[in-house]
Amino acid sequence: MSDNPYEILGVAKDASADAIRKAYRKLAKKLHPDINPGDKAAEDSFKAVQVAYDLLKDPEKRARFDRGEIDASGQERARQQYSYRDFADAGADHPYHSAAGYADMGEMGGVFSDLFRGRGRQRGGAVHMRGRDVRYQFTVDFLDAVNGTKSRITMPDGKALDLAIPPGLPDGQTLRLKGKGEPGLGDAPAGDALVEVHVRPHGLFRRDGDNIEIDLPVSLGEAVLGGKIKVPTPDGPVTMSVPKEANSGQRLRLRGKGVPKGKGGGRGDLFVTLTIKLPDRIDDELRDLIERWSKDHAYDPRKNTQV
Amino acid sequence: MFCEADLIGMIEGLRRAELRRWIAQGWVVPERSDGALLFREIDVARVRLIVDMRREMRVSEENLPMVLSLLDQVYSLRCELRGLAGAIEAQPDKVRESIARHIHRRRGGEPGG
Repeated sequence: MSDNPYEILGVAKDASADAIRKAYRKLAKKLHPDINPGDKAAEDSFKAVQVAYDLLKDPEKRARFDRGEIDASGQERARQQYSYRDFADAGADHPYHSAAGYADMGEMGGVFSDLFRGRGRQRGGAVHMRGRDVRYQFTVDFLDAVNGTKSRITMPDGKALDLAIPPGLPDGQTLRLKGKGEPGLGDAPAGDALVEVHVRPHGLFRRDGDNIEIDLPVSLGEAVLGGKIKVPTPDGPVTMSVPKEANSGQRLRLRGKGVPKGKGGGRGDLFVTLTIKLPDRIDDELRDLIERWSKDHAYDPRKNTQV
Repeated sequence: MFCEADLIGMIEGLRRAELRRWIAQGWVVPERSDGALLFREIDVARVRLIVDMRREMRVSEENLPMVLSLLDQVYSLRCELRGLAGAIEAQPDKVRESIARHIHRRRGGEPGG
């Protein structure tokens, strides 16, 4: 083999650093001793390629070589490294030994079944690959997502998973269950189960970040005179005061009755929007009262809705 | 045996995060002792090989397990082949000649060629 580094790498004398690197990579892929385990010639060629590359990748050395100040010799790599194959080729007593290339021969019967039966099997082969992640979807009730819950769910593939829904879980959040995916090969760990959780809408509550909104009807009397009313919240009903002269659309806040904020602690708020609800049947007394009252008390409830 | 810091010091350009990832993927299987990682010489050489493949051969991490798996199979087959060759070597001449004839017949080559 030539000892001219340009010829060894197969590049022109004026090749760019990039071209030199590319040529080296191409040769490394072809000649690397670990991908040519039985080829002594490839190993020698690879050494020569490395020496050539060491010289040409260093602009200063390359310039000195071009000027004839140094030759290609004396560039031997100083440290003698062991290559992977020195160990991998030495025997089967290491975790990377794999029976995958011949395991079926033990099942063919005859002499190989005696020679290879169980060989490598007790190691489970030495292909070590982390198991794949598995994705699932799951829907929880609104209140379970707010308050948190534990549930055992059965996936389409029949696998049961214990899923802990943390309090305050937002819609669309993905929960990772470590090691609950597909099993790994060899000594590698299993993959994870990724469960995308959807929250079923609630008939009363609407979620807005950490806050919850609810529309709550009040009677005409409660609105005009004020009073105490029961308000549903995610963790049970509480009593709230409606101020006198309340109106439809008025928003009242119940502090700390919203969604738990997770690790930091605390909860969002519950906002109650009042709607005045007339009785299901308007009796004569109410009609007469309104009739009399309206005569002298005309007001425009739509004054803010003019276009 | 080498600890993780030794290993990182020994291999130029090796980052702790990628080493950890390779271990998590099962591409490198160090021993563990009291929670510490211990690398055998073969592990060091394997990490060096992976670094070579990533940097010099431009093998992506996506393709690495395929290459490693094939390499492991080749080395393991070589190991078995060597064992078989040793066993054949130990046979009487007549048996060895008979085996050689069978092998060549299967290949379609000339016996004893």
